[in-house]
Order: sequence, then structure tokens, then C-alpha cells
Amino acid sequence: MRVSRSWTWSFVAPALFFLGLYLVYPTLATIHTSFLDRHGEGWVGLTNYVYAFTSPAMRTAFRNNLLWMVVFTTVTVGLGLLLAVLTDRVRYEGVAKSIIFLPMAVSFVGAGVIWKFVYAYNPPGANQIGLLNQIVVALGGEPVGWLLEQPWVNNLALIMVGIWIWTGFAMVILSAAYKGIPKELKEAARVDGASEWQLFWHVSLPYIQSTIAVVATTMIINVLKIFDIVYVMTNGNFGTEVLANRMYKEMFQFRNFGRAGAVAVILFLAILPLMLLNIHRFRRQEVER
Amino acid sequence: MEREGASPLVHLVIILTCLVWILPTLGLLVSSVRPAHDVAATGWWTVLRNPFDLTQYTLQNYREVLGAAGMGRAFVNSLIITIPATLLTIGIAAFAAFAFAWFQFPGRDALFLVVVGLLVVPLQMTLIPILRLYSRLGLAGTFVGIWLAHVGYGLPFAIYLLRNFFGSLPADLFESAFIDGASPLTAFFRLALPLSVPALASLGIFQFLWVWNDLLVGLIYLGGSPSVAPLTVRLSTLVGSYGQSWHLLTAAAFVSMAVPMAVFFALQRYFVRGILAGAVKG
Repeated sequence: MRVSRSWTWSFVAPALFFLGLYLVYPTLATIHTSFLDRHGEGWVGLTNYVYAFTSPAMRTAFRNNLLWMVVFTTVTVGLGLLLAVLTDRVRYEGVAKSIIFLPMAVSFVGAGVIWKFVYAYNPPGANQIGLLNQIVVALGGEPVGWLLEQPWVNNLALIMVGIWIWTGFAMVILSAAYKGIPKELKEAARVDGASEWQLFWHVSLPYIQSTIAVVATTMIINVLKIFDIVYVMTNGNFGTEVLANRMYKEMFQFRNFGRAGAVAVILFLAILPLMLLNIHRFRRQEVER
Repeated sequence: MEREGASPLVHLVIILTCLVWILPTLGLLVSSVRPAHDVAATGWWTVLRNPFDLTQYTLQNYREVLGAAGMGRAFVNSLIITIPATLLTIGIAAFAAFAFAWFQFPGRDALFLVVVGLLVVPLQMTLIPILRLYSRLGLAGTFVGIWLAHVGYGLPFAIYLLRNFFGSLPADLFESAFIDGASPLTAFFRLALPLSVPALASLGIFQFLWVWNDLLVGLIYLGGSPSVAPLTVRLSTLVGSYGQSWHLLTAAAFVSMAVPMAVFFALQRYFVRGILAGAVKG
């Protein structure tokens, strides 16, 4: 409806003020800072970016972010989908989903402590107090330093914490989409003699594919920004560094604003395509409304 | 509801997954009430041999983390940070979302696309300039500084969610109200808000949990000073300083999780609804 300009402004101005001050302005300022020296004063051109793409610490961070992206996204979406489909068939669906969804409510820091305890290590022969090593020992193995063995064991151990937190989120959204598949569609396929497996691949999956894409995009955005879990559990030591933790270190430990800015910009550039994809999706959805 | 039936394998997969999901938290909870020497000497599962032997439990760990370890102070700080940050965000977002949904003004759609874009801007992009600004204004390490920061960071999602909800309310409702001479303010307070209680509740829970569980924003703008640090920041400091004192770390972690878990169990329905509304649909 048409309202006067002063009404419009009084409704949107406070929000625009905050968005401008806390998101738009700093984004531009950080891009600028990334071309400056450690104090954020003298111009240094691309020096910080050269550092960001060549230093060993940053290479490790890139590798790990990529590992996180592939493993975390595949497992949260895949397992979330599997659980959405399977829990739909059992009577204790509500309880099962609550249990899997619960970690979404606790902080990453809390989750970090929970899992650090699961991974706790005592030398062979001593009593194990970490659940995972107790299982390994009970099966006749040697206890493993889950957070120390690089590069695969400790990174996957950290990624497991992320999976534990986020799978419930994927499951809840995919479950809602799955339940939205019209019954008639499934019945018709069954009448035509499709097996449950064929039904899933040729009817259910195509029907919810756009939701799967949305969940996967959300997961990739989350995982690129991953910080808390790594900060609390290893602080990026033993080859577990990730971009967001590196940015924090450059900013607070090394006091190098130029480099910290460059790492942030790289993170932003990695997310930018997904942001444009989101905007594109949103516009299409608006047209359909 | 009609179920399609499940084979034993289906039950096995679900139950195994549930075990993997619940055992770590159970271990934390059990360890937090065991005496220090027990926690260090034997696994928490040993209590399961005699779970009702109450002499093996103690609240000493909680006494220690709430007092000496500063988690009590941090709990209060978390409340002081979270409640205003949540209410402010919802209030400011609701006004803007209403305008985006029902007012016509030039540049409205473009502006809203910017909001959708801002949804995914990594916080890392904003930390340096804001921290510098805060140092200059004396806002670093203050509650006011962190309230405002959380409002800024929470707004895109809040506006997005509420605008979609307001937009789904019937148009006739507002049109007839306007024809009857209602001001935009009346339409907002008397029609839009009362009809949106479920959406506001979902958003409130979301923002509350987001702020409560946040580590990065607290770490950057408040620093580690115990007088202002929220639970997450304090807990991460304890992880560094207590190292292997699992009886204290587990109790401290549980203190930080108690409120979110209570919120979750009491209001799960709204939480789920918020998640479903928040995902940009394909």
C-alpha cells in the first residue's frame, strides 16, 4: 500500500542503519584493509594475498577447509536424507528426531568439550576415560590420539563434531520436504511395480532435489566459516588449521590487520557465488508467488 | 499416521545413530557429577554397573565451576547479553519487515535483495573495522557494544523471516484497515504483530540461541575479561587452563548448555518451524 515517505523511513531506517554500519561498511573497509600493512596504514598492494596463497599455514588451512567442505557437506546431507526417509517409517519418529536434532541447540564450544572428552587419550595399559578409545581397546586395538594424528585422523575427528551438530538440521528440512511428496505419486509408482529402492531414486529424490540443493548450499556456507570447533579443540595445531581460525590468529595473536583482512576477503569470495545463487533462487521464488 | 513399515535394518540404523548422538552428551552429564578422582581414574560408563548407588555422585564440581571458575558470573553475563540483543533485534526487524512486506516505496525490491545477500556475509569480514571503531568510541568490552553488534548481525535473517511471514498474511486485511483510516502504526501493532506470534516466537528462540551460543562475537568485542565474558568465552578459556580436569570441564560445559537445552525441549516446535521458514526455498 502507498504510505508517505516519512512513514516508510521511520519503519526501515533503524534496520538500514544497523545493516549499513555492521555489515556493508565493514565489508568494504575490510577489502580496503587487505591491501594495507599490518597496522592497516601503508599500501602494500597484493603482498597479503601472496602471503595468503603461499604460506604453509594458509595452504594447510585451504586444504582443511576443502576437506571439511567435501566430507561435512556429503555426510550431513546424505545422512540427514537417510534419516529423514527412515524415521518416516517408524513409530518412534518424534523421539529419534529430537535426539538427533538436539545438538543444534548447544553451542559449538559445548560440543567441542563434549567431543574432546569422547576423544580423550590415555597411554596403552592405563584405563581409558574417553569413550572412543575404550571401544577401540575393548575391540583389541591400541588407543589412538584422535586429535593428534595428522592429517586425516584429527581433521576427520573435528569434522565429526560438525556432523554431529548439523545433521539434525539437514534431517528436519529434508524430512519436511519428504513428507510433502504426494501420496498418490508413490502409490502410482507402487502399482506400476516399482521397488522401494526405485521409488526412492526415481520418484522421491527428483521431487525433493531443490530442497537438497538448498540444504547443501547452507551446509557449504556454514562449513566455510567454521571456527569455534577448531578454536576450542585444537586451536589449529597439529595440521588442523582452517581459514576462519587463521583469520582470528592473524588479527589477535599476530596483530597483522592487513593479512587478517586478506584472509577474510578470501573467505568472502568463496561464499560470494553461493550468495548470488541464494539471491537468484529468492527472485525465482518471488516470481512464482 | 499411516507408516510404510520398517525392516529390522531400518530400526538398527536409526537406533545406532541415536546412540552415537546421545552417548557423548550422556558421558558429559554423568562425568559432571562424579568426584574428581573417579573421573580421572575410570570411564564414566563404570557408573552404569550400579547406576542407583548415589554415593558415587557429587555436586562439588558444579560448586567449583560456578564459584571459583567464574561460570556463575559468566551465566549472568550471558543473560545480560542475550536478552536485550534478542528483543532489540526482533523489534527493529519487525518494523522493517512490515515495510518490506506491505509498503510501496521506490527501491524496495532491490533493497530487500541486498538483505538476502547480507544473510551469508561472513562475520570475519566485519570484525576488524568494527573493533577499531569500538576502540575509538570506547565500546570495546562493553555490553552496549555487543548488544548493538548482535543486532547488526542478526537483522538480515530476522527481516527475511518476518517479511516472508508478514507477506503471507491476507492482503484484504490491511487494505480494508487502511481504507478505514488506520495508520501504518495501528496496522502494524493491531493486526500484523498479533497475527504473527508464532513467527515472532520462532525468531525469538532462534536469535536467543544464536546469541547465547555465540563465541566469535563475544571473543572479539568483549575480550576474555571475566567481568563481562559470556559462558562460551569463559568455557573456551577453561578448556585452555583446565586441560585434563574433566570433572570441571564437563560441569562447566553443562552449565553453558542447560538453558539452550531447556529452551529446546520446551519450544522445539517453534524452533523447527523457524528453521523451515528460514531456508531459502528452491
